[in-house]
Amino acid sequence: MSAVADDQWRGVAAEDTEDIDRHVGLKLKRRSRALLGSLLRPHLRWAVLGLVLVVLENAARLAGPLLIAVVIDTGIPDLLRGDPTVMAWCVVAYAGCTVASAGLWAGFLMLSGRIGQDLVLDLRQRIFQHAQRLPLSFHESYTSGKVISRQTSDIDSLGDLLEVGIDDLLTSVLSIVGITVLLLTLDFDLAALTVVTALPLFFVTRWFLRRSNQAYRGVSGRTATVIVHYVETMNGMRAVQAFRREDRNRSIMDGLNSRVRSAARESLDVVATFTMSVRLVGNLSLAVVLAFGAFRVADGTLELGVLTAFTLYLRRFYEPLDDIAMFANSYSSAIAALEKISGLLQEKPDVPEPSRPRALPPHRGGLPIEFVGTEFRYRPDTPVVLPELDLAIPAGQTVALVGPTGAGKSTIAKLVARFYDPTAGKVLLSGVDVRDVSDVELRGSVVMVTQENFLFSGSVADNILLGKPSATRAEVEAAAHAVGAHDFISALPEGYDTDVRKRGGRLSAGQRQVIAFARAFLADPAVLVLDEATSSLDLPTERVVQRALESVLADRTALIIAHRLSTVLIADRVLVITDGRITEDGHPQTLTTTPGHFADLHTAWRDSLA
Amino acid sequence: MAALRRLAPYLRPARGKFILSAVAVLGSMVCGLTIPLILQQILDGPVARKETGPLPWLVLVIAVLGAAEALMFYLRRKLVAGPSTLVEARMRADIYAHLQRLPISFHDRWQSGQLLSRAVSDLSTLRRFIAFAGIFLVVNTLTLALGLVVLFLLAPVLGVITLVCAAPLILISTQYESRYAVLTRRSQDQVGDLATVVEESVLGIRVLKAFGRGPHLARRFAAQARELRGTELRKIRLLATLWGAIILLPELGISAQLLFGSLGVADGSMTVGTLVAGITVATYLRWPTDSIGWLLAETNQAATAAARYWEVRDAEVTITDPERPADLPADGVGAVRFEGVRFAHPGADREVLSGVDLDLRPGETVALVGATGSGKSTLTMLVPRLADVTAGRVSVDGVDVRDLRLADLRSVVAMAFEEPVLFSASVRENVALGAPGVTDEQVREALRVAQAEEFVDRLPWGLDTRIGEEGLSLSGGQRQRLALARAVVGRPKVLVLDDPLSALDVHTEAEVERALRAVLSGVTALVVAHRPSTVRLADRVALLDQGRIAAIGTHEELLKSCAAYREQLSTVDDEPAGVAS
Repeated sequence: MSAVADDQWRGVAAEDTEDIDRHVGLKLKRRSRALLGSLLRPHLRWAVLGLVLVVLENAARLAGPLLIAVVIDTGIPDLLRGDPTVMAWCVVAYAGCTVASAGLWAGFLMLSGRIGQDLVLDLRQRIFQHAQRLPLSFHESYTSGKVISRQTSDIDSLGDLLEVGIDDLLTSVLSIVGITVLLLTLDFDLAALTVVTALPLFFVTRWFLRRSNQAYRGVSGRTATVIVHYVETMNGMRAVQAFRREDRNRSIMDGLNSRVRSAARESLDVVATFTMSVRLVGNLSLAVVLAFGAFRVADGTLELGVLTAFTLYLRRFYEPLDDIAMFANSYSSAIAALEKISGLLQEKPDVPEPSRPRALPPHRGGLPIEFVGTEFRYRPDTPVVLPELDLAIPAGQTVALVGPTGAGKSTIAKLVARFYDPTAGKVLLSGVDVRDVSDVELRGSVVMVTQENFLFSGSVADNILLGKPSATRAEVEAAAHAVGAHDFISALPEGYDTDVRKRGGRLSAGQRQVIAFARAFLADPAVLVLDEATSSLDLPTERVVQRALESVLADRTALIIAHRLSTVLIADRVLVITDGRITEDGHPQTLTTTPGHFADLHTAWRDSLA
Repeated sequence: MAALRRLAPYLRPARGKFILSAVAVLGSMVCGLTIPLILQQILDGPVARKETGPLPWLVLVIAVLGAAEALMFYLRRKLVAGPSTLVEARMRADIYAHLQRLPISFHDRWQSGQLLSRAVSDLSTLRRFIAFAGIFLVVNTLTLALGLVVLFLLAPVLGVITLVCAAPLILISTQYESRYAVLTRRSQDQVGDLATVVEESVLGIRVLKAFGRGPHLARRFAAQARELRGTELRKIRLLATLWGAIILLPELGISAQLLFGSLGVADGSMTVGTLVAGITVATYLRWPTDSIGWLLAETNQAATAAARYWEVRDAEVTITDPERPADLPADGVGAVRFEGVRFAHPGADREVLSGVDLDLRPGETVALVGATGSGKSTLTMLVPRLADVTAGRVSVDGVDVRDLRLADLRSVVAMAFEEPVLFSASVRENVALGAPGVTDEQVREALRVAQAEEFVDRLPWGLDTRIGEEGLSLSGGQRQRLALARAVVGRPKVLVLDDPLSALDVHTEAEVERALRAVLSGVTALVVAHRPSTVRLADRVALLDQGRIAAIGTHEELLKSCAAYREQLSTVDDEPAGVAS
């Protein structure tokens, strides 16, 4: 894996590299911390209350041993003399502290749990909404498996940090601070010696944080490759089984799996080495303090009681370090996750909402569309797909785009629907630049149906309702009627309420397509864009859809891309597109009789029907 | 718990290491307990008496014990790192292998998000359990039992008090265990459902953007995420209550020990030393007692995760190799016959196919025509046994497909689907999928047949170009042509094409059809068709209606004789002009 150069860390660019340069690493960390901070800010007051609860709980807990000492030193001697007062009070106080400690801790857990859950919910929604806002070009280059890991395993590691980590960290820090203060007041020299012997821990911890961060990046990156392969297999199971890819798939999986395993092992090894080092340093420093202290007691320069207290507290001083290491561990895994999440959140939607949206004029009978010097390329380093297009489509016209694959037909359609923005020039709807129209209004006015007829899990009705969520059942059924889907939907076991199963798996491609049509008809847009939308229909259905189209297209502007000439022939105007340019333009009847690309296509099609 | 016990075969090979790791935990506990005791001896003895002579040795003992403790810490993790990750990897490989054998009907029922969470998050829960919670559960229970014995030996009163406080704790823990299990299960299911929404939001992004319905789905997502939060909060409340009890009971026990101990000292039945020792041991038992709640919670989560894992592993592989497989005749010609074939989806009461009889003569191409949802795709899936008939039989060269080895059957029958599936692999691997031994020349021949050679050669690395999810993206037509090339590579005897031409444009379709005609002449083929142009590739056409073959004959015959067929295969433009023939 090569190191990522300084300018390439923005967004999701640094994600797949396990070994990144220090400088970039710092920027990634800063970005993650900024995200964490912005998530925590709204809960600051509750977090402070939580802190107070922990402090009180610690106080109540630490009071216990003190009370026992009082009972032994004063209570029992008093009792032997016949006075039970001190003993009784101490026992009552001990029980009281216990009750307080239990109550405070339970309260703290609930409070911190609530904060953690609110935080996770907030982050989930942020990523989800952001992923929805990102342009198609992003989704085409960033695989679905990765977006899923961002929202599942990465969120989980953050959840772990909040759930397991915070309370441990707080108690540990509190006891370390408390003990340090105690030691310093007891004997400065001995305390200084303790600090010096603890110094190696600083380096060990630094080593650990660096290595464990690296190890976690490795684990989560490699886990994502397993997820991608797994999802691909599940979604392509028909082909896997029909073509006996099972064994090959298994060997790919074994390879990916063992890469995950070695990364996971390495990260466990790092933890093992770290906890061992902390314990070793702690125990050896205990021995040193003991030796040094013992000779001073012998000299008479140190009280025996002070040395006893030191050795007792020293043990407690190092113990929480383990917890802190564990916290650092979940912290570094959460930070690795946050690095990726914050990268995703940093990706800018290239199709931004206008800051001051302009309203479209009322549109009975469709909206006029105009392309003015419109140029488009996918990326600065790829060739121009659409060179300077000038085209005016009056309101209500039905335009068919014809031409070979890759000529730029879909690009024209996508620019109207604002899936992409032009690299130069503009696209106007009724004189308004589409970039100045609010998303809500644009999506209400322009609807695109593609051959990719994705259905969501839920009922048939839910899927049609996507076109217009406020529609009534009668409207849904009317839309289904219009496109000839009513009969087959009614024949399903639960009619419109039938669950379509995973990605519409219960239905055929043709049925899914008709439902996608019904969805568009229900949306009733001013501009309808059909990109190969009739390609998977069977002929009877296509006939019904065509008839419906003729009446539906009458009072709206439409752009149709179709390979079937039967669809093209219902258009008012045909544009033949070759290499991003309009080479023929006219009424279909006129073009059929004029020699040219369209006339050839028409002849070929008539021949194929015979 | 039964679900956890079933992990035994995975754990057994590394049993020694797990035991050693538990021993290391015990060893570190012994060192941890011994160090303060020796320390106490040193402080009370030589130091108090100001004898510096034996000090260096005693300090050395402390240092050695300290080093030993650190080593035990290292060993306990190091020993389980290998086996626990290996168990996870093996279990993941096994569920993956099982899923690949499960029938398509299973995969249609299960969301891939749900399957994914079983193979990733559930298994990592199990790994954590195996490496940490499992070992500590054993060690801490042992320590607790040992501690109680010591207490009873010291003073029965102190033992009774500790036991009286520990018993309700165990009772509460058990109660809590079952309630927590229900919530954990619910939360894991909700996590799976949430993953499904996430998956759909990404895969359906074009539709969502086209209709501006991102916010709509976002609301649904938010509602589900909030539900999950609700479940998590209920888990936290339950956990907090348990923690309250875990802190309260043992500490109340110590107050009682303090009270009865003091009274005991007062009436002379106990010494102060015994009381101090009793309290020390009881305090030492706090972590083992405390941790039981947490460990049980982890065990619960692990048990739930294991149950979810086994739920998939236990799904029955209904389509398997026969016990006594038959062989295809060596001189097989690829005759395919459907006899009284019936099919209903599992659990459905309506039959999709109700008595299909169809004979495909060797080398013949039969087109299958029928209304949307008439069961054409289902019929095609029966040939390579992606689904099994519910009654009747499908045979190839006279042998029931269920009597053949799956590998044999599927190497004779090749398929192309309505929606092309490509894998993250090179073009070569995607095409040679079903016939791993083929040469580059054969791959190229198949690409030529599918009219795909030209565009493949234009790809940056030709046949080696990586495509699919993580590779270069191709157009629908290009994907479909590759899927076709895959079906014809290695020249299978039987070809089943489920309308693979639907995504192609007129020109490409015509080219692919011309090439297909050449290929189809040598094989028996069943082609689902929606277009007159596709139907014309076939020697005969079968019309599927109401789950039966309603008519069979040549395209021309059926156009003349069958009104239902005309209804299926005439286009809008034919109506005014009449059917061109």
